[in-house]
Amino acid sequence: MTTRFFGAPVKRNEDKKLLTGQALFIDDVELPGMLHAAFLRSQVAHARIKTIDTSAALKRNGVVAVYTAKDLGAHWQPGPLLVPPPPVPGIVFNLRSHVPLAKDIVRCAGEPLAIVVAESRYIAEDALDDVAVDLESLPAVVDIEKALEKGATCVHADLGTNVAAHVHQSKGNYRSAAANAHLTLKRRFRYEHGISSPIETRGVVAQWDGRAEHMTVWDTTQAPVFVRNVLAGVLGLGEGQVRVIAPFVGGGFGPKIMMLYPEEATLPWIAMRLNRPIKWIEDRYEHFVATTHERGQIHDAEIALTRDGRILGVKDVFLHDNGAYNPYGLTVPINSQCTLLGPYVIPAYDSTFTSVFTNLPIVTPYRGAGRQHGVFVIERLLDLAAHALDIDPAEIRRRNLIPKDAFPYQNEIIYQDFAPLEYDSGNYEPVLDKALEAIGYADFIANEQPKLRAQGRSVGISIACYVEGTGIGPYEGAKVQVRANGKVSVATGIGTQGQGHFTSFAQIVADQLGVDVTDVDIVTGDTDRFYWGAGTFASRGAVVAGNAVSEASQAVRKKALKLASDVFECAEEDLVLADGKVSIVGIPERFIRLGELAQRANPMRGAVKPGTEPGLESTQYFGPPSGSTANGVHAAIIEVDPATYELKILKYVVVHDCGTVINPMILEGQIHGGVAQGIGNAFYEKLCFDEQGQLLNASLADYLLPTALEVPRMELDHTVTPSPLNPLGIKGAGEAGAIPVGPLFAQAIENALQLKQRKIELLEIPLSPSRVFELIQQASQEGNKT
Amino acid sequence: MQPDRHEIALSVNGTSHRREVESRMLLSDFLRHELMLAGTHVGCEHGVCGACTILLDGIPVRSCLMLAVQSDGHELSTVEGLASDAGLHPVQQAMHEHHGLQCGYCTPGILMTMTAYLKDNPSPTEDEVREALSGNICRCTGYQNIVDAMLAAAKAMRGDAP
Amino acid sequence: MKPAPFKYVKASSLAQALSLKAEHGDDARFLAGGQSLIPAMNFRLARPSVLIDINGLSELAGCSGADGGQVRLGALTRYRALERDGDFLKACPLFADALPHIAHPQIRNRGTIGGNLSHADPASELPAVAVAMGARLHLQSASGEREVGACDFFIGLLTTDVQPDEMLVDVTLPVQNPRSGACFMEVARRRGDFALAGVAAIVTLDVERRCSEVRLGLCGVGETPVDASGAAQALIGENFSDKAVEVVAAAVQRMIEPAGNVHATADYQRHVAGVLTSRALRAAHQRIAHAA
Repeated sequence: MTTRFFGAPVKRNEDKKLLTGQALFIDDVELPGMLHAAFLRSQVAHARIKTIDTSAALKRNGVVAVYTAKDLGAHWQPGPLLVPPPPVPGIVFNLRSHVPLAKDIVRCAGEPLAIVVAESRYIAEDALDDVAVDLESLPAVVDIEKALEKGATCVHADLGTNVAAHVHQSKGNYRSAAANAHLTLKRRFRYEHGISSPIETRGVVAQWDGRAEHMTVWDTTQAPVFVRNVLAGVLGLGEGQVRVIAPFVGGGFGPKIMMLYPEEATLPWIAMRLNRPIKWIEDRYEHFVATTHERGQIHDAEIALTRDGRILGVKDVFLHDNGAYNPYGLTVPINSQCTLLGPYVIPAYDSTFTSVFTNLPIVTPYRGAGRQHGVFVIERLLDLAAHALDIDPAEIRRRNLIPKDAFPYQNEIIYQDFAPLEYDSGNYEPVLDKALEAIGYADFIANEQPKLRAQGRSVGISIACYVEGTGIGPYEGAKVQVRANGKVSVATGIGTQGQGHFTSFAQIVADQLGVDVTDVDIVTGDTDRFYWGAGTFASRGAVVAGNAVSEASQAVRKKALKLASDVFECAEEDLVLADGKVSIVGIPERFIRLGELAQRANPMRGAVKPGTEPGLESTQYFGPPSGSTANGVHAAIIEVDPATYELKILKYVVVHDCGTVINPMILEGQIHGGVAQGIGNAFYEKLCFDEQGQLLNASLADYLLPTALEVPRMELDHTVTPSPLNPLGIKGAGEAGAIPVGPLFAQAIENALQLKQRKIELLEIPLSPSRVFELIQQASQEGNKT
Repeated sequence: MQPDRHEIALSVNGTSHRREVESRMLLSDFLRHELMLAGTHVGCEHGVCGACTILLDGIPVRSCLMLAVQSDGHELSTVEGLASDAGLHPVQQAMHEHHGLQCGYCTPGILMTMTAYLKDNPSPTEDEVREALSGNICRCTGYQNIVDAMLAAAKAMRGDAP
Repeated sequence: MKPAPFKYVKASSLAQALSLKAEHGDDARFLAGGQSLIPAMNFRLARPSVLIDINGLSELAGCSGADGGQVRLGALTRYRALERDGDFLKACPLFADALPHIAHPQIRNRGTIGGNLSHADPASELPAVAVAMGARLHLQSASGEREVGACDFFIGLLTTDVQPDEMLVDVTLPVQNPRSGACFMEVARRRGDFALAGVAAIVTLDVERRCSEVRLGLCGVGETPVDASGAAQALIGENFSDKAVEVVAAAVQRMIEPAGNVHATADYQRHVAGVLTSRALRAAHQRIAHAA
């Protein structure tokens, strides 16, 4: 079987629709009689709700209904636990899931208090002002250290503590590692990630057909199948009565897979009550508080090393800001805990975290999903060790890389897929070598940098390594069908938010079935077309759904060849499948088109043999036994203005390995996008909450997303170490670009400004010109004191 | 208070429209929900993200920062007017060839910014292209392919050899 | 984020616009470029009951006098027009430096100078330029007109001397002295963002090439633009020197009281104001020192 498409930079099937403005996004859904919802959200982070008076709102012209928690009646219930905590011995997990509308108590600013339904969004927003809310403010829990102090206000009074979870994992014996170490280093690190801020916010449209007793929900979700199943349950409907459609989605990045958001939970219920379709589109101001975040952790971490810089062990105790509710379990901090190990041999590891409730929006995975925090810690510890031991930062990493003959590499601790963390395959040193070569590491340090310094320019270089656990289960499925016209239809349960599934999956099918990639149409995200599967998250789409598509295509291929061999009365080995036809090898004029084969497979007369199925179609599933581990190295040369601390990225290199590549063009796009988000995280994006839990910069004017002037041109390269865990050998790549950018910036800025020599360390992200200035000022003031 | 309504007459992509609109209706909402031209997207409603960029008498503006009522007497161009029977506009073609879009949500605003800019400046450098694009935020692509697409479109529109 | 309801009137004459404003006072707002007003209305931070669209009053737009001693800029002149007016930019080179820092091209295509100055955002570039240049602002109402100097026009945070019945109708700027060099510089988080600190500097030399006058206007470091010209004493009557520049920069740092914000601490703003003062003065001086 030739691979004409697999591995090629095939242009995308979905582009034309998107380029001509014809693709359907959520706010494009227009239904006759459609109503519009607006949510009244708490301006206060923690409060007792005394009264909510909706009478004035109901009197406004154009308002059709107003709902509070009370009005939801039996429909009001806390949401389900979406992701259970992993089976770590001794784990403490206190589930407090979120609610569809706040009842009695508000636990974060932005939590919805009431829903206004009106003839237009304009009128609905007018009516929000009519709703009279009487709140009794309570002290807000915002600082995760203070939250754990004795006497701290509890976010969940019934719990009596702000501990959402406590997890300890270890391997080896850190104590003896430290005792035997030539050097131990301990530091406190602060890492804050930000919000996903896709250019399209969230939205839900719900339509209830009372006669057919059927609910259709359009939703910007990354998990349409799951949303359908849960919604059916809460609405008291059968799963077959609910259809969830995830249309074209303008960017997901993680928070759109948080499920049963209040808006998802309430709009369908309202549609049933009012018997009119209803639409809610999140506006940008709402997005800052109504869609989940990823935020901060504080790590007290220690590393023990030999004289030549080999890691003997790491100990880490960290606090994780969970937000007000924890329906999404512990994915983020578990990823931090596990990914800290990186691509390194770390014989002893002792890691403990406490996930803390705060009166802030819920934290759920956002591109990187907590890996950034762990990678920052280990990469900075290695940089500090390199400085203390007078070893080059790239060299110290090299000495600790897991050797290529050590795979599968067992890290023992439990990962987010509930299995012990095992790296399936990897060959790390060539990736480091390629990155060092591409950035011109040795030459820059020896020649370029001294020249620039002599000119008064502060230019630094940095290198950071990481692994990314990807492609986890449980499973995905795909149905592949050859149509009578010879084209191929594919349906799969995952949604798509720009990753190019319409093309990458088509490439897999096209090669298997010998058709053109443009003759394969993919349907994703419609539970009427396919209703099994989990969703797009954890860089698993290509791995899991891609393999399912491959299995299903192969099954269809087998059927086609079998049927054709019956038709031609020859052996299957004598047939070739190409250009949309099956023909006999060497006799191209003896052929039958796939479409005709499909028709023959569904005869009007005659019989279909028992034990076979009609049609050229197959539904197959793929569930990997565990996740596969991708890896990479980023390198950068960054110039810092020594007076204003503004910076400019002069060169940026990414070398990574995600196993077999389906479409290198799409892959590169994912890396570019990830790096851009990483740059935002490292130096521009910061959520600024005040002590009352109010977000001070809830607008795109003040929450700074990088533009084409902040993101540099990147040079990409890759190696291929296939995964043994799936037939195609692929590993995920969606989050890779975003993961190591924080430590990369910290190292480069330190290097540019020669901070280590001045005993100034950058141990936090995000940084900014002002923050770098502040840290330098503080250090020099402290220096003056001693 | 009765809604304040006004009659407006405008042309969009060469087609004339007469409508009565409430004074506070934003031009972005008018295009999308009254004229059913949903290709122009809304990202922020405060003028920062650029997804809603259209051309007003050939000049790129944020449609979320204009009232529909202000479009009276003007000629608007939106993404729906770019392609023709002959095929995609060179900026669209270039974006396709260079993988300049992923989710596609910011794309219409970027296309309108590109066409207007290249009319004024047909031979931009990469730095000028990045500056021209700095008012359109993309969260998916990291901009590199969009920059390449714009440079390629400029070349194609100049009639240079590929 | 939809605006609250209002009554919209498209003004057909300046007289009509002023008469409506006199009638409704602060309940009415003029709609010019809308690039500051409409976001505020979408956030429902601004809720005028009457919106008076003045975009049709073409007599309020345009630039004249660039070839003489004074430039008169109509308040409705859009940044876009100024960017493309070579004669104007030559006459008022501070604008050539400052305009690219204002938001993005799509915003500059609609935004107007009158809107910018009336909005008086403390981090906005043009108020600092207006102060450095000693601009005069011409206000009109149904009952009269008056002129205010830039330093008296900006009186507080987002607050100007414009009375509830008045409209800013034009701005008069001196054409740059042929013995002057000017430079505007700012530090912002991204291009087009509001300045964390910005400095407009004009250095004028006498026939002996000594500094006869220095004008300094700062943005982003106070509730209003700051006229820091008084801090430049160390340069006056002297040959331009790096040492004197540093003395001036330090004096500027001492005289300002930045508030800090989500992007920067007050200390950083103060620090950067000093850095920019040095750099802008040096650049302004370079531009005239190397001229004929």
